[in-house]
Amino acid sequence: MQGKTSHLVLRIYSIVFLLYLLVPLAVMGGAAFNDSRFPSPLPWKGFTLRWFVDLFNDETMLQSALNTVIVGIFVVILAVPIGTAGAILVNSLKGRSRTLLYATMIAPVLTPGAVIGISTLLFWYKFNVPAGLHLSVLGQVSFIAAYVMLMVLARLQSFDPALEEAALDLGASHAQMLRRVLLPHLFPAVLAGAVLAFFQSVENFNTTQFTRGSSTTLTVYVGSKVRSGITPTINALAMIMITLTILGAIAYEIKRRRDAARMAALDAE
Amino acid sequence: MSELIRRFGTLLTTVAILLTAFWLLFLVIFPYLGLFEQSFRPYLPVDEIGGPNDFYSVNNYLSMFHNPTEINLLGLTFSVPIHLWVFFITILYSSITALAALLLCYPLAYYMAKVIPPKSLPTFLLLLVIPMWVSELLRAFAWFIILAFNGPLTIVLQDLHIITDPVRWVNGLGGYSGVVIGLVYAYILFMLFPVYNSMSSLDTNQLEAAEDLGARWWQTHWRVVVPHCKPGIASGSVTVFMLAAGSILVPTLVGSTRSRWFTEIIQQWMFESQDWNTGAAYAFVLLIVCTIFVTLMMRFFKVGLADIAK
Repeated sequence: MQGKTSHLVLRIYSIVFLLYLLVPLAVMGGAAFNDSRFPSPLPWKGFTLRWFVDLFNDETMLQSALNTVIVGIFVVILAVPIGTAGAILVNSLKGRSRTLLYATMIAPVLTPGAVIGISTLLFWYKFNVPAGLHLSVLGQVSFIAAYVMLMVLARLQSFDPALEEAALDLGASHAQMLRRVLLPHLFPAVLAGAVLAFFQSVENFNTTQFTRGSSTTLTVYVGSKVRSGITPTINALAMIMITLTILGAIAYEIKRRRDAARMAALDAE
Repeated sequence: MSELIRRFGTLLTTVAILLTAFWLLFLVIFPYLGLFEQSFRPYLPVDEIGGPNDFYSVNNYLSMFHNPTEINLLGLTFSVPIHLWVFFITILYSSITALAALLLCYPLAYYMAKVIPPKSLPTFLLLLVIPMWVSELLRAFAWFIILAFNGPLTIVLQDLHIITDPVRWVNGLGGYSGVVIGLVYAYILFMLFPVYNSMSSLDTNQLEAAEDLGARWWQTHWRVVVPHCKPGIASGSVTVFMLAAGSILVPTLVGSTRSRWFTEIIQQWMFESQDWNTGAAYAFVLLIVCTIFVTLMMRFFKVGLADIAK
């Protein structure tokens, strides 16, 4: 609004900000190819792929990656129905009861992961349930279900209850109405919630650390490896993660541009 | 309730209520109450649990006030219990992290909401999200590498003749500079998106009106944009503060020999001392701090819980 100069300053700032976000990732990824036993791209000692070979020979790493996927799948299986049910309940309430229910659901999102982990561990220990990945699943579900709930709730607010009435009036059973009317409307949010739930579970450290017992997940294993002897195999893992993220981002961008072009073509007709 | 049954039938309503009840009772409320109860019990060998020595006391909380240690602050030396000191430092630096993230994000959020050509916004957003999808652990690890003694930052600055001797980057701010740098980087996007969201709902006409009425640019921001963004600022600050105060990975990876974080002490109680009850007491203290912070933010910015958790 103050003309070109301030816009130029903001534009430069936005580029600097992007560099601030992305350069550290490039530094970490670049170190994966450096033939040096320290995880750093500088000083450059020559190109190597041996850290990738080491990565795939690390049995514990592979085992913990498998554990991570299993935990993630169970978290999705539990958190998605729970979060969806919670959103439907909250949405149908009004006044104080709604506020109270909503606040209880949101509480785990605003609680540090360590606190969730410790309370889950202590609670199930009272019933002689030992620590292990099953507790990590429960601990993670307690706050990941809230993310799903928030996404589904946002989608529910754009739902026209008249559609539901119409289905019931026309003789649909409640189950049919749910399957043919409400769930199809909620589907994009439920799917997005499932994807978010899986990735939240994969990257979780704090809650998992206190509940896992002697099992490990990828994040916990890498976290402990970074603290003890650090080798550039972690950079190789980071490089793989970054590459996957960028490929996903490119695929998304291509799809978005194609959709935008299609919309523009439709508008032109 | 009756409306639910009318809409979804008895069976579906029961399933929905059971799922939600399982979640809220067994994963949230009972564990939190258990944590609270456990934090008042002494740490005893298994065969003494439930015995005459197993009575409630605040002794676990009093551990916070043990072991006074000499602290040097602004040239003054005074004696503070070490855990209490770490507790204050954690709150202080988590607040500084949230503030720094807000100051860094505000201009960018404004740029994204009001200046950037709408066509390039989606691509820009996508580039921003990349570090978010690469995990918190790796975001902290990246700065572990960059700030390392004789690491890449030192080498680049030496090549540019900006510095001559290697610098210990993590030793500033009383040993917490690495931690703050790492925390800001790890959680900055949790500030950016709420602030951007609230800013993009601001009507551009309001900015033009302010300008037409003779407001300077800073007046427009302070009187129009910032008040409109209150929910976003509150939401971002709460999230960043909570993540920073509860962070374990960042303080361990980019900390110095002198930096200690409250979560590290909780870990010590849980894993090294195996004293879960004192661990529970400390975890409860952390929970209380976060609750107080959320409440203060809601009061200060006059926003509801629904605005904060989005």
